[in-house]
Amino acid sequence: MSLKHVNAVVVGSGAGGGVVAKELAEAGLDVVVLERGRWVTPDEERKDDLRNQRTTALGVPYGPDEEKEPRVFVDAQGHAQVVWPADGPYNNNAACVGGGTLSYGAMAWRYMAQDFRMKSLYGAPAGSTLEDWPITYDDLAPFYEKAEWEIGVAGDQSGDPFKAPRRRPLPMPPLPDSRETQVLKPAAQRLGWHPFYIPMLRNTVPYNGRAGCMRCRWCCGFACECNAKCGTQNTVIPTALATGHCELRPRSIVAGILLDAKGRAQAVEYFDERDRRLTQTADLVIVSGGAIESARLLLNSKSTLFPQGLGNRFDWVGRNLQGHAYSGALGLFDHDIYDDLGPGAEIAICDFNHGNPGLVGGMMLANEFQRLPYQFAGMGPPGLPRWGKAHKDFMRTWFRRSIVIMGPSQEMPVFDSRVQVDPRVRDHWGIPVARLSGLDHPHNIELCRFASDKAELWLKEAGAIQTVRRQKTQQWLSAGQHQAGTCRMGHDPQTSVVDPHCKLHEVDNVFVIDASVHVTNGGFNPVLTIMAIAYYASDYIKRRWRGGGLR
Amino acid sequence: MDPVSPRRLITRRAFLRASSATLLAAPLIQWPPVWESSHRFFSDSEAATVNAMCERIIPTDEDPGAAWAGVIEFIDRKLAGYHRRYQSLYRAGLQGVRESCVILFKKEFIDLPQAQQDELLRHLESNQAPGAVWSKVSASDFFNRLVEHTLEGFYGGPRHGGNREAASWHMLGLPTPPVRSRRPLNADWK
Repeated sequence: MSLKHVNAVVVGSGAGGGVVAKELAEAGLDVVVLERGRWVTPDEERKDDLRNQRTTALGVPYGPDEEKEPRVFVDAQGHAQVVWPADGPYNNNAACVGGGTLSYGAMAWRYMAQDFRMKSLYGAPAGSTLEDWPITYDDLAPFYEKAEWEIGVAGDQSGDPFKAPRRRPLPMPPLPDSRETQVLKPAAQRLGWHPFYIPMLRNTVPYNGRAGCMRCRWCCGFACECNAKCGTQNTVIPTALATGHCELRPRSIVAGILLDAKGRAQAVEYFDERDRRLTQTADLVIVSGGAIESARLLLNSKSTLFPQGLGNRFDWVGRNLQGHAYSGALGLFDHDIYDDLGPGAEIAICDFNHGNPGLVGGMMLANEFQRLPYQFAGMGPPGLPRWGKAHKDFMRTWFRRSIVIMGPSQEMPVFDSRVQVDPRVRDHWGIPVARLSGLDHPHNIELCRFASDKAELWLKEAGAIQTVRRQKTQQWLSAGQHQAGTCRMGHDPQTSVVDPHCKLHEVDNVFVIDASVHVTNGGFNPVLTIMAIAYYASDYIKRRWRGGGLR
Repeated sequence: MDPVSPRRLITRRAFLRASSATLLAAPLIQWPPVWESSHRFFSDSEAATVNAMCERIIPTDEDPGAAWAGVIEFIDRKLAGYHRRYQSLYRAGLQGVRESCVILFKKEFIDLPQAQQDELLRHLESNQAPGAVWSKVSASDFFNRLVEHTLEGFYGGPRHGGNREAASWHMLGLPTPPVRSRRPLNADWK
């Protein structure tokens, strides 16, 4: 069954796809967005400690489907197993309108200028495919600003001397200091560091027609029931739909991209919610499924021109899968420090993102989102039994007397950390599933030790009487909610997948616009960078659009 | 309500009563293993054992433990629902617990003093519990899974059947009930 032809089909409605849909629809293109997940309304949020995108003990409320969408995970010994969305090795983010932006913690970082030039600054460590981006911070700066104002960012980075240059301030102020901030901020200053208020994609005051944050403890991993958290589902997507030029079809599973005889994309094939196989033709195809699913879609889009998958002539699609290696520490205090005011994360330092002797890159460090009781149950020191009176004492004594400092270490990309499609396992619709394999770079272990060292220092200066390191000490596959890297941006078609404007090198009308294109992932949560790239790539597409195709 | 499995429309007890005449004439079936039970998955005897094990995992002290908090209700509900893939692990694990207790102490778990119950749990934890059943299922896998479910049932929200009256949240000093959108929470949180 064929549908009415459109100018652009966008696969995915998350941080990348949502922005592109709005930009193109506002420019007058007819756009269809195909989202694998469903629309979630704010008052559906159950605030269930055991069932959210961060703690999946009782499943994943915001997708993907736990019975229809498996993956395959290959462990360090080479054993492959089928995994499901609530399993850690699945490396899930989300699948719903808004993607991860519905339920994320919403930290809204601009990468630093150095983050785009990691190879020039540091040299590539052995065993890494470290490379510079083909674009610079200055190329993205106006689009970071656009994202901050259009989608909505609150915070105050004026105390951060390390931040990349910016023109406009953030549109919204930070929340009032929490009790944690009241001890952490002066402690960081006494250490000679430069603490400041984390920029967040969250209304702190009424903005864009929605209320400010209600300060509940169910933020990271949860949809926001008062709609203060800013995602694509409550900002750019409604704007796109209001243009009259955009249609969003949820529960649509894209199976493959079809080419014409000249090697141009002409359509995508997808399954609707009744499992009917449909063909949507379009002048442009925008792939925004996230680093794992976007690579999977390209690899599953085989043709005589591209027998290894669309855009995959040189076997770089799916390579360099990366996320962030988190480490830090838990601090235990001899006084009550808990105020039950979310989101929890508030204060950060960027003193250790770059210039760390003997290390490549680094990480921002910040206090963590609020720990819910069941989450805290996993935070005991090594040697503490997980059961019995000792564990109960730990919970009761320290729950209100704990602060956690963590940071996302910038990972060195590894060629064999990758997404493939499995030769045997298929999803409910018969589509080969993503197969994840490989390990992260050993340098991550050194960064994680360093992050835990600094976190302990900070907590002790703040008055912690005991610290417990939360340090990654083993290599593993890294992807998860910050997944990136699998369709790398570059000048050279033999060592990258998309060009500096996110266009597949060898296909004139297919773009990948999500974190797949990140060459490196900064020492920061990636979402604002994904949005900025989406605005930037959309700007390119709009300028070259001449009806039916690009100039 | 479990999001994945449909809610049972009648309890097993009601069903069994309704068809008791047929059942008396029917051959003994292995699963479900009981004629009468207050629970969806466990027999009364299994439930009593699990309840006692959970109570050692999170014991009563100046605050309620797993038994008062109704963790057995959580585990039973979830084994019939979202955690149904662990059904055979629990069935076999509880047979193993019975076997180990008989070998070590010549009594059922529920009849042991606390010190011996803890000793048995440590045997399970270190995968050194005696009994033939443990050659087919790992004692430590079973124990670790039970610990995890006990923590879920004790520290998770009351809506899932455990954490009665938010006992653990009171213990931790958390404000309850949780406020939603600056309105008092509606009843479905518990």
